[in-house]
Amino acid sequence: MATMIQAIRMALHVGESRLGVTDIFGEDVGPPLGGVFTGTQGLETAWNTPLDERGIVGTAIGLALAGQKPVAEIQFCDYAFNTIDLLKIAGNICWSCAGDWNVPLVLMTPVGAGIRGSLYHSHSFDATATRLPGWKIVMPSTPLDAYGLMLSAIADPNPVMYLMPKALLRVKAEAGETIPGEPDDDKLLSSMIDAPLGDRSAWKPRWPELEEMYIPIGKARIARPGSHVTVLTYGRNVLMSLAAAAELAADGIDTEIVDLRSLHPYDWDAITASVRKTNRVLCVNEDTEITNFGEHLIRRITEELFYELHAPPRLLAGGHLPGIGLADSLEMASVPQKDGVKAMIAELARHEP
Amino acid sequence: MSSSVPATRPPSVVAGPGRLPAELCVQIYDLMLRTRMLEDRLITMYKQGEGFFWIGGPGEEAFSVPLGLLVDKGQGVDHDYLHLHYRCAGTLLAMGADPVDSIRQMRNAATDPYSRGRNFAGHFSNRAWNVVPVNSPIAVQFAVALGTARAQRAGTGAKGITIVEGGDAGTAEGDFASALVWSTRKGQELPLLMIVTNNRYGISTPYAGQHGYEQIADRGKAFGMPTQVIDGNDPEISYPALKHAIDYVRTERKPYLLEVMVSRLRGHSSASGANLVKGEIDCLERFEQTLDDRKLLTRADMDERRERYTHELAEASKRVRSEPHPAPSGVWDHIFADENLVGGRSGGRT
Repeated sequence: MATMIQAIRMALHVGESRLGVTDIFGEDVGPPLGGVFTGTQGLETAWNTPLDERGIVGTAIGLALAGQKPVAEIQFCDYAFNTIDLLKIAGNICWSCAGDWNVPLVLMTPVGAGIRGSLYHSHSFDATATRLPGWKIVMPSTPLDAYGLMLSAIADPNPVMYLMPKALLRVKAEAGETIPGEPDDDKLLSSMIDAPLGDRSAWKPRWPELEEMYIPIGKARIARPGSHVTVLTYGRNVLMSLAAAAELAADGIDTEIVDLRSLHPYDWDAITASVRKTNRVLCVNEDTEITNFGEHLIRRITEELFYELHAPPRLLAGGHLPGIGLADSLEMASVPQKDGVKAMIAELARHEP
Repeated sequence: MSSSVPATRPPSVVAGPGRLPAELCVQIYDLMLRTRMLEDRLITMYKQGEGFFWIGGPGEEAFSVPLGLLVDKGQGVDHDYLHLHYRCAGTLLAMGADPVDSIRQMRNAATDPYSRGRNFAGHFSNRAWNVVPVNSPIAVQFAVALGTARAQRAGTGAKGITIVEGGDAGTAEGDFASALVWSTRKGQELPLLMIVTNNRYGISTPYAGQHGYEQIADRGKAFGMPTQVIDGNDPEISYPALKHAIDYVRTERKPYLLEVMVSRLRGHSSASGANLVKGEIDCLERFEQTLDDRKLLTRADMDERRERYTHELAEASKRVRSEPHPAPSGVWDHIFADENLVGGRSGGRT
């Protein structure tokens, strides 16, 4: 079973060999490193850029306008903040000229905490990303979704931001989540597509015969069906919420976990169906809590599904802090953890109207 | 000098030292005049309340028109990509744009082909001509131009080049430095013509208030790219300089930095009144004098053209008054594209 980063790499291979991807680029994306998380090892079209995120985003826009199919990377989303106006431009070109041009690019960037990354390797980007109209925003929580969402992102004629939950990049797929065409044996897969340590100048990957598999942008996944409380979440917090739900099941609390997968457009039908079923809703994400994407979901749920609710909707998000502190104790106190998710689900489940 | 005149040149066309052929001079003059009359019309529309905001390029025609005449116009990587300034009406008219479309954009009419009433005057877009939508923060386009240029770099077989134009003040933005760095990487040079029109102001901030160096073009020297500073008030200087720069980029597939000294005859925009600024060289007046001196056009002919274009544009703006503004529900259109319009070498042309 592939890890998420292997799944992304395989999707990029399919992209460049079959779906017209012309350029995969960013800081340390090309040889010899192939990405600080190994996501671009062995790819034919991967190349290194100067250390200049504005140049990266600008180049991606220009390549897209010139009929290419770029996949650009910002090494950590923490470094994307100086590109905000270029991200706005990628999102407004099609609209500004009333559809004369479109901008088919993919921008991928690792996000979130969970690796003890301190101030500049722990940021989240979902709140910022969802404030960029004209972009589609996706964020996988499993290797299979990572693969299928990347193929959909590549195929889309619009700018698609692909947020990579960095704490999950080395997590292996669960049984039954095989990427079509990948070998069953982890060690075999690794020997085929992971670059060796040390000198890799003569190394070439042996790609498995992968099949295309698309996860549609805009469709959520019910990661765990349940009847008492709905958790709306994505990325790293999906696994955290699943773990919390598994423990709560012993207490008779049956939690439904909705993995949004797409933040824009988001799957309002799936959200509505789940809230109608459980009547209680918790949004979980790691971004800072003030003007948070979960707040938007709660606002809309409150406006449109008010009479379905048996408890006030809740948000569990990162603290409104200038950064994530390095010490274990500081990081744990800054973003949601399993015990906090568990406690809030339990509180919602027991809430009497 | 007569030996340097190609035999194929029509007998009526005679160029002296540093001079352009007579027919080309008249063509450039006519386009400069049309451009100036268009800008005058747009300013009048602003002053009469027919548009919210005017910004444009009166004073840059002696440069913007030759640029439009020299680009390889078309769609896809085999033609030139243009990341233009909002002071480039002359470029568009020289490429064959209908000036009435600029009037439509000024009036933010639904018929405005560049933005359907969404954007300011001078914010052009034309995919069939590789005119990328103009962004108001002009300097950002130096970063975007890197991408179209990369799609045309040596080894791709693309025939076109990328031309990006910004003002002097905007070169303080990091995107200008990005363009210098990215376009000159050894073995990965980009066929990018970087143009800086230097009118010596950023809105109200004078040149010396932000630049400690003499000329912006000097910055290119550190990157090993050819540079030139030219008088943009004379089309007989700007035309051959542009041709030289374009030919270099097209042939060498490497970048070139051209700094063009221009006038700002109506200030930055309507925000400062769009009134005539004293003490600036007027390239149109100057070229009229040249044409008069060389007897290429009579004053009567020039006056007749001026009157005719003024009248035509006034009539056009009356007609455009009856064209609708965009429907409010239209704000939701074109947030996303349903299909890939730009794909492939031809830029999506079928």
